[in-house]
Amino acid sequence: MAAVASMMPMFGQQISSKNDMVPDWLGQEVSTGTTIMAVEYDGGVVIGADSRTTTGAYIANRVTDKLTPIHDRIFCCRSGSAADTQAIADVVAYQLGFHSIELDEPPLVETAANLFRASCYRYREELTAGILVAGWDRRKGGQVYSVPIGGMMVRQPVSVGGSGSSYIYGFMDSNYKPGMSKEQCLEITATALSLAMERDGSSGGVIRQASISEDGVERRVILGNQLPKFSTH
Amino acid sequence: MEKHYTDSQTKAVSTGTTILAAIFDGGVVIGSDSRASIGGEYVSSKTINKVIQVHDRIFCCMAGVLADAQAVIKAAKFHLSFHSVQMESPPLVIAAASVLKELCYKNKDELQAGFITAGWDEKKGPQVYVVSLGGMLISQPVTIGGSGSTYIYGYVDAKYKSNMTKEECLQFATNALALAMGRDNVSGGVAHLVVITAKGVEHVVVPGDKLPKFHDE
Repeated sequence: MAAVASMMPMFGQQISSKNDMVPDWLGQEVSTGTTIMAVEYDGGVVIGADSRTTTGAYIANRVTDKLTPIHDRIFCCRSGSAADTQAIADVVAYQLGFHSIELDEPPLVETAANLFRASCYRYREELTAGILVAGWDRRKGGQVYSVPIGGMMVRQPVSVGGSGSSYIYGFMDSNYKPGMSKEQCLEITATALSLAMERDGSSGGVIRQASISEDGVERRVILGNQLPKFSTH
Repeated sequence: MEKHYTDSQTKAVSTGTTILAAIFDGGVVIGSDSRASIGGEYVSSKTINKVIQVHDRIFCCMAGVLADAQAVIKAAKFHLSFHSVQMESPPLVIAAASVLKELCYKNKDELQAGFITAGWDEKKGPQVYVVSLGGMLISQPVTIGGSGSTYIYGYVDAKYKSNMTKEECLQFATNALALAMGRDNVSGGVAHLVVITAKGVEHVVVPGDKLPKFHDE
């Protein structure tokens, strides 16, 4: 990595290299410019993400797993800086694991979301992290909490995030109906992610989905050639 | 303490906006919202008309800096009517689009305006053209523009079908505008829609309270 010690880089911008022989992507921060989403249904949640991680114009990882387990029935979807979100997820997973042992009970999704919020808000000037926390617990069932950049936290039945999310707000507003089943949630997530991946340059690759309920976690992958297609012109 | 300048002193009035046009079986629908804002803080007009008639069966939607867009359209209207008189026939839709393109391309350094041109002519029937910021001109069956358009790319990609009926296309356009206005703070007001066919031109205005509502409203 072209880290120039004398320059303090402003967060999220290029670390410039004076050497023209070095490709510019070596100096760019690794970002999960991305599309992520999470949907609640009666009995659990469905989460999904694309699989592209970029450093500038180079795709550093085209099969990234942005759905990170925090506890047995709690996952987070990461968007923003890859380093920041990985670090925060590690910290929260540790804090939550410890808390769960103290409690002698599986932790609540709201607790996990609050831990994310605490870190994201306290260090808001240094971090670029947009996270969706989703999971199942006995008290409130399936829940989705959004912790965007800046460190606010809000529970929403449906949430989208990442750079590709702008393109699918209209689609989600018109197609989501409360009270959908797990299969319908899986379908709407796959369709929405496909649409976003087609329009957003920083999103692409495969679609990773997971559904979390009392019975456990089911993961699946939809490969590029199996993605839903649209009559684009 | 930083001195706070109102954006009107430092920013031009911009049609932060949502515009779209779509071809259906036998014609074309072109539409927009009706909000003009200054810097995203103040709505300078709630009912501005962004769908301008440049000839009998050719309409344009403007996006970008309002002053630039209005100036370009004014010049284009003149060029187009002169051209139509010389040719002794109604202008082609592509002629209207090309006039806009020439103006935008030749003056690209001074202007910040983009257009969607839609209309019907004898030669090619219903058409939609896009002139983007730097002066590129392309033809598409359906197109969206303005700041609010980012939120409806997914919806338009999923929902647009070629050879829709007029009613289906109107519903599609109204829904798309409503969704964009719901998410973009610089788009809003009423939805202006114009339907252009061989037979003529029909204006449809959908006031804010009659726009389709979605699950969380």
